[in-house]
Amino acid sequence: MSENLREQLILLPAYFQGHLLLTLAAITMGILISVPMGVWAEQSPRVKRPLLAVVSIIQTFPSLAILALVVALLGGRIGFLPAFIALTLYSMLPIVRNTVTGLESVSGSVIEAAKGIGMSPNQILREVKLPLAMPVIVAGIRTAMVWTVGLATLSTLVGATSFGNYIFTGLQTRNLVAVTVGSLASAGLAVGLDGLVASIQWLLEERNEATDSSRLKKIRMSIYGAIAIVISIALYGLIPQPRADFVIAGKPFTEQYIMAGLLAEELEEAGFSVEQRLGLGSAVVYEAIRNGTVDLYVEYTGTVWANFMGRESNPGREGIKRGVTEFLEEQNVITLGFTGFQNRYALAMRRDRAAELGVTSIEDLVPFAAELSAGSDLEFFGRTEWLRLRDLYKMDFGDKLTFDVSLMYTAVAERQVDVISAYTTDGRVAAYDLLLLDDPRNALLAYDAMFLASKNAAQQPEFLRAIDSFIDSIPDAAMRQANRLVDVDGESISVAIEYLRSEMAKN
Amino acid sequence: MDLFASMVPLMIELKHVQKSYDGGATLAVADTSLTIERGEFLGLIGASGCGKTTTLKMINRLEEPSSGAILVNGSNVLDQNPEQLRRNIGYVFQGIGLFPHRTVAENVAAVPQLLRWSAKDIRARCEECLEMVGLPFDEYGNRSPMQLSGGQQQRVGVARALAAQPEVVLMDEPFGALDPITRSELQEEFKSIQKNMQLTVVMVTHDMTEALLLADRIAVMREGVVLQIGTPKELLNNPTHDYVRDIVAMPRLRAQRLEELMRDE
Repeated sequence: MSENLREQLILLPAYFQGHLLLTLAAITMGILISVPMGVWAEQSPRVKRPLLAVVSIIQTFPSLAILALVVALLGGRIGFLPAFIALTLYSMLPIVRNTVTGLESVSGSVIEAAKGIGMSPNQILREVKLPLAMPVIVAGIRTAMVWTVGLATLSTLVGATSFGNYIFTGLQTRNLVAVTVGSLASAGLAVGLDGLVASIQWLLEERNEATDSSRLKKIRMSIYGAIAIVISIALYGLIPQPRADFVIAGKPFTEQYIMAGLLAEELEEAGFSVEQRLGLGSAVVYEAIRNGTVDLYVEYTGTVWANFMGRESNPGREGIKRGVTEFLEEQNVITLGFTGFQNRYALAMRRDRAAELGVTSIEDLVPFAAELSAGSDLEFFGRTEWLRLRDLYKMDFGDKLTFDVSLMYTAVAERQVDVISAYTTDGRVAAYDLLLLDDPRNALLAYDAMFLASKNAAQQPEFLRAIDSFIDSIPDAAMRQANRLVDVDGESISVAIEYLRSEMAKN
Repeated sequence: MDLFASMVPLMIELKHVQKSYDGGATLAVADTSLTIERGEFLGLIGASGCGKTTTLKMINRLEEPSSGAILVNGSNVLDQNPEQLRRNIGYVFQGIGLFPHRTVAENVAAVPQLLRWSAKDIRARCEECLEMVGLPFDEYGNRSPMQLSGGQQQRVGVARALAAQPEVVLMDEPFGALDPITRSELQEEFKSIQKNMQLTVVMVTHDMTEALLLADRIAVMREGVVLQIGTPKELLNNPTHDYVRDIVAMPRLRAQRLEELMRDE
């Protein structure tokens, strides 16, 4: 077994347990809400259409958007709760729809007979309609179950533990083993839970038949056993774990995984227990540090300046630092200091292509821009920085394409695009021998990486002492090399952490 | 109270009953008055849409009269809790209407369960009723109704109607969906059960032969109106309407045709 696979499998029990609890809780809540709603809708045509419309609309919302909305509605709360609420909403459509369909398909003559022998409307519902609609309702629950297991992987982005942790980390750090383990585990769980629901349905139907062979008894006992095991694993997650001293978070890219790991190691060595919540969305992690769910993460001045402060100007590197530090103070977030490196946007080209055109700065690019094609990550061309760059240099590219980050680098390396919006600490800049163009008119923002801490954490001297050794200790080149180890050389995060530590020890 | 009730000679009484589904514009049942005595077997006959099923359903409040009064055992059905009323009146349905998710025994036990009989009494009564309709409990009790033939299913339907020992049984074309041989078997068996138990029965049918063979009296309905009510003999000998004469003569005409066919051979 490879070292990588072993590392991944160590994480399996925790992820499995998180994923299972999330799925079962959401499905249970989904059933508790959706079946009564379906019953109500079937009895009242005035409710039925609007209700089905609403649950269908929920379904059409992109699942990521629902997760983000729930986090926002909960005041930036991350973790189990927002994921649970979003998944519950998502599970409703198939259950409501199948409850309505199942109840409607009960034969009229059976219902008339029930009424005719003197059953009350409630008895007709409980003793005749629901049992007869059960197979259709269970089919809806099974559909919802499979969907929910799949969607639960996305809950990683709002800080809930699931197999999504494998998938997102793996995708960002190019660890295909992690992606594969996560996907297989998620698929396996879906198949397993689906089978379990099918078995429960079989049990319920079998109850009426007075067939009592020993083989059937054995099957029955093993189903009971499986149910008991699954529920106890899920419930184990509800036992409050001793809360970690500090929660360290990170966004979904390599540098953030490395920095979070580095900080966690340091704090653990200082004797604290640490929980890592990785791969969180930018706005999610910022909210979380404000409300104290997260104690420590690495943020970039330009991100705070443009995204959270909504500023469109560029007062220069020091100006941004000052502005951001003041702003964060008002926001109840403590700036512990800067890392020493800056990971900003820069326009980058292949060195040979730049030489061909005689280009070393954005200024030089202006006469050629209309004939060039540019590639960016998913957001660059939508940011105010790009608009400012366009206005200041009075230029625009002939062709603008957006890519997933790793594909963006491949595109420029293979000459599919001429220019890209590279990240200055990205290891691939060096690996592909790209030239970072100067920005004489200061269009692009500075992105100094800084340590942000929650108020609570910042009040603890030992915590501050542990972080202190990192302040201004990681130069651009060191960070770039650490990123390169993961993104280009295919090393694990822990190798990159070890490299950074050795670099720091030299100073 | 029960003692007093059993002294009322009329089991069911309809007084000027009208039923309209459209606020009075058209009448499904128009000014109908009927009396049915204790232990009597009344046939309600007529073409589809003549109001016979509506009349039947008003007796146990599956439908409610727009005007007039219906008395069962001396008291107005509208003054009674509809569910309690229905539990005390047996009902055999046109579509049989057995509960497919319950066993034969559980189907028969349905009404006694609603009446909260003890488990022991229910079990004993189930055995008795299934025995009565020719389906031994040990062999059929635990089967699903779906495993039975149409005739067996309607036997279960009859057993279910009789399970709570009702005095009145309403039947809505109970044997209509069965093949002719099964049908006449069941008709005969039911007639003897009715006689033995002194049941008051109202049976809706469009089959004149069935009505003539089973009923003590027959009410012929057309377009919401009872044209004539009388014993089979009265209807055959003294029809007061052409429609009654034609419909009563139907079985005899058929028999004659059959005889002619035999002679031609």
